[in-house]
Amino acid sequence: MKILVINRDGVKEIIETESNGTLMESIRDEGMEIEAACGGCCACATCHVYIGEKWLSKLKPKDEDEESMLDQAFDVKINSRLSCQIELSDDLDGIELELAPE
Amino acid sequence: MKEKTDVVIIGAGPVGLFAIFELGLLNISCHVIDNLNKPGGQCSELYPEKPIYDIPSRISITGQELTNDLMNQAKPFKPVYHLNQQVEKVSKLDTGEWLVETSLGKKIEARCIVIAAGAGSFVPRKLPLKNIENLENKNILYAIRNKSELIDKNILIAGGGDSALDWTIELSKIANVLLVHRRKEFRASPDSVSKMLELENQNKISFDLGQIKNIEKIIDNKIRVSVINNDEIKYYEVDYILPFFGLKMELGPIANWGLNLDENLIKVDTEKFETSVDSIFAIGDINTYPGKLKLILSGFHEAALMAQQCFKYCFPDKKNIFRYTTSSKELHKKITSI
Repeated sequence: MKILVINRDGVKEIIETESNGTLMESIRDEGMEIEAACGGCCACATCHVYIGEKWLSKLKPKDEDEESMLDQAFDVKINSRLSCQIELSDDLDGIELELAPE
Repeated sequence: MKEKTDVVIIGAGPVGLFAIFELGLLNISCHVIDNLNKPGGQCSELYPEKPIYDIPSRISITGQELTNDLMNQAKPFKPVYHLNQQVEKVSKLDTGEWLVETSLGKKIEARCIVIAAGAGSFVPRKLPLKNIENLENKNILYAIRNKSELIDKNILIAGGGDSALDWTIELSKIANVLLVHRRKEFRASPDSVSKMLELENQNKISFDLGQIKNIEKIIDNKIRVSVINNDEIKYYEVDYILPFFGLKMELGPIANWGLNLDENLIKVDTEKFETSVDSIFAIGDINTYPGKLKLILSGFHEAALMAQQCFKYCFPDKKNIFRYTTSSKELHKKITSI
């Protein structure tokens, strides 16, 4: 599957990945600038991304854990998500997102 | 005041704590330094309640349980903890010993240094705004050192966790506090939440929904903070802003100690886990070598091998006889000495 990521310089990059694991893992393993300090257990807010509008409804909604961790992020928007909490699946093929500022 | 020990361990996370035990078995004494106010590192700061499944023999253990057990295991060896401080400087003395100096001015002499600093030390996460450096530590405070300078001031506190609420409650007694958070729910102890809401009801503090958008300096040491909520922007003129957005990890002063680094990791050999500088070791997530896996259990293994080499530095004239904890009476005595 493909993931379209807009990096912090505003440049679009396309990642080819398997449709398993989390969105954070795919971005991190591609070597893109995502800190993901806690390694994906929803204990920091350093994998914060903005999800492309039309993809939002395809994602499982945020749980309370993710919502509270977003309190430690900056510039939180309506389409803010922690990418470690998004499980990849085939119906997310082509998902678009932007890395939130650090 | 100068203190003396065999080994200074930098970082009181799981690997640093287990290093006390491994060194202790070889009669090597330790002091442990950590920037947090409690031992445990990421295990107790980031995920105290979350289960870990890959600690050998522990089917499931939380970060806090692991920390507690490692501290108990290390206890017979009487480690000395120096918390709430960061190692700022290490220098070699003429005697061949290291002098370690911390941010609180503590000076410790040791034969070896073991860096078990994980992903670095925890420091407050700073606001990612441009051109605010000259306001930091003046109008923007990430830590409160001197409460008296805040008396009768206008203070904006940003965040929704325990630090934000605790300081809101505390400073409401001496200053005009406005709390700003992106939602009306708080990830803090229920007790603090209800206390804060009560203060708001009594008009002893103000609360506003929103996020910090910008900070600029205006006259008389005051700053103007823009707060955005949805698309509405409000401006507040205050003396201080206290942002509490959790902690982040930074390598910090270690980067300047002349060790060979690979990005932000310290290169070590896989026999002794020694760095490019003799008698300075690096174990756990902070080190790198071919095949490195960032697992707690790898750090435990690295601690055991590091201890063997420390013995040679600490007791150059003694022979280190390899013993099992199961069979050695001497080791039993040490481990059960408390």
